[in-house]
Amino acid sequence: MFDFSIVTQWIHSMLTSFMPEGLAVFIECVAIGVCIMLAYAVIAIIMIFMERKVCAAFQCRLGPMRVGPWGTIQVFADVFKMLIKEIITIRHADNFLYNLAPYIVILASILSFSCLPFSKGMEVLDFNVGIFFLMAASSIGVVGILLAGWSSNNKYSLIGAMRSGAQMISYELSVGLSILTIVVLTDTMQFSEIVERQADGWFLFKGHIPAMIAFIIYLIAGNAEVNRGPFDLPEAESELTAGYHTEYSGMHFGLFYVAEFVNLFIIAGVAATIFLGGWMPLHIPGLDGFNTVMDYIPGFVWFFAKSFFIVWLLMWIKWTFPRLRIDQILTLEWKYLVPIGLCNLLLMVIIVVFKLHF
Amino acid sequence: MYFTLLVVVILTAIALVAVALGIARAISPRSYNPQKGEAYECGIPTRGQSWMQFKVGYYLFAILFLMFDVETVFLFPWAAVVQDLGVYGLVSIFFFIVVLILGLAYAWKKGALEWK
Repeated sequence: MFDFSIVTQWIHSMLTSFMPEGLAVFIECVAIGVCIMLAYAVIAIIMIFMERKVCAAFQCRLGPMRVGPWGTIQVFADVFKMLIKEIITIRHADNFLYNLAPYIVILASILSFSCLPFSKGMEVLDFNVGIFFLMAASSIGVVGILLAGWSSNNKYSLIGAMRSGAQMISYELSVGLSILTIVVLTDTMQFSEIVERQADGWFLFKGHIPAMIAFIIYLIAGNAEVNRGPFDLPEAESELTAGYHTEYSGMHFGLFYVAEFVNLFIIAGVAATIFLGGWMPLHIPGLDGFNTVMDYIPGFVWFFAKSFFIVWLLMWIKWTFPRLRIDQILTLEWKYLVPIGLCNLLLMVIIVVFKLHF
Repeated sequence: MYFTLLVVVILTAIALVAVALGIARAISPRSYNPQKGEAYECGIPTRGQSWMQFKVGYYLFAILFLMFDVETVFLFPWAAVVQDLGVYGLVSIFFFIVVLILGLAYAWKKGALEWK
C-alpha cells in the first residue's frame, strides 16, 4: 500500500534544501490550508450533484440534464448563482451573532473534515485522541445553528433551531455510544491506528453482532445528526419555510448548505473508517491472488468508494421514508437507541474481555 | 506539531468563510428597499416579539443530555484501556452503566421523556 507521507517528506526536504526551516514550514502550512479548502469545495460540489441525481433516480426522473453533458455543469452554475445573489441584512436581527453563525458552522465542519484519513499518511489532524476530538469538534456545529436561529429574530428560525438543537444533542449520544463500542474493540482512538488494526478484517465483521448493531445505530443517529432524511424537521419546508436559515440569503445561505452536505460526507467517512476499514483494501483470508489484486487499488479510491456507498445509502433512506414528528424522534432516541446502545456496549466489553472476537 | 496544524485548520475555516462572503459581497448587486429588511414570514408582519418564552420540554432534554454526555467523557479513556484491565474493568463499568440506566429509568418513569 502506497504511503502518502513519502510525498510530504519529499516536499519538506526539497523546501528545506534551499530555504530556512521556518519559511518552509510556513509554506507547507499555507499549502495544507489551500488543499483543505479545495477538497472541501470539491466534495461539497460532488455531494450536491449526487444528491440531485440520486433523488431524481429514486423518483423516476432524470434530474439536471440541460447544462453540460448529463447536467454536470449545473452545480457550477448554481455556485455562481449563489455568489451573485444579494446578501440581505435584516433590520431587527442581532447583527453580530447573525454574521458569526456561518463561521461557527463551517469551523465545526472543517475541523472534523480534516480528521478523516483519506489514505495511508494522507490526513491532516492525526491526534492520538482523534475520534474523541472529531466528536467534540462536530458538536460545535449545534451552537452555530442555535445562534443562526436565535439571532434572525424570526419565529420560523427560532422553532427550527430549537428542534435542531434538541435533535442533534440527543442523537450525539447514540453516535458516541456506537463509536465507543469500536474504541473498546481497538483500545485506541487514533484514526491511523484504527485503520491499521483492520488489515486482517473489517471491524464490522471482526466485532460479531455488537459491531453490526453499532453500525446500524450509527447510521440512524448519524443521519439524524446532520438533520437529513426522515429526521429533517428542523428545516421542514412545508411547515417552517426553511428552518434555521430562513433569513439567510445568497452566500450566507450557501455556507450552511455546503456545511450540511459535507457533514453528511463526514458521517459517511467516519462510518467507512471505523466499521468498513477506511483505506484498507478488501482482503479475504486464503485467497492470496485476490488480495494481491486488491492491493493494487490505491487507498483513497477505497476510502471514497466506501464513503460514497454509505452516502448513497443515506440518500436512499432520505428519499424513501416520510418525515417524523418531534415526539417520535425523541422517543426513538431516548427509549430505543440509548438503552440498546448501552446494552450493546456491555455486550462488546464482555466479548473483548473474554477474547471472543476474531 | 499538532498544535500548529490545529491552528492552520482553524485559520483555514475562517479564511474559507471570509473569502466566500468577500467575493459574494464584491460582485453581488445591492438595492435598498424597506420591505427587504422585514422578517420573512410569508408576507404577514410579525406579531409581537420573536425573542420570547419557549417550550420547557427542550430544556428537560438538554439536562438529560448533559448527564449522558459527561458519561461519554468518562467512558472514552476507560474504553482505551479496557483490554489491559480485563475483568476488573468490566465489573467496574458494569456498575457505572447500571447506575446510568437507573437514572434513565427514573427520568422515564417521571415522564421527562414524554413530549407534551
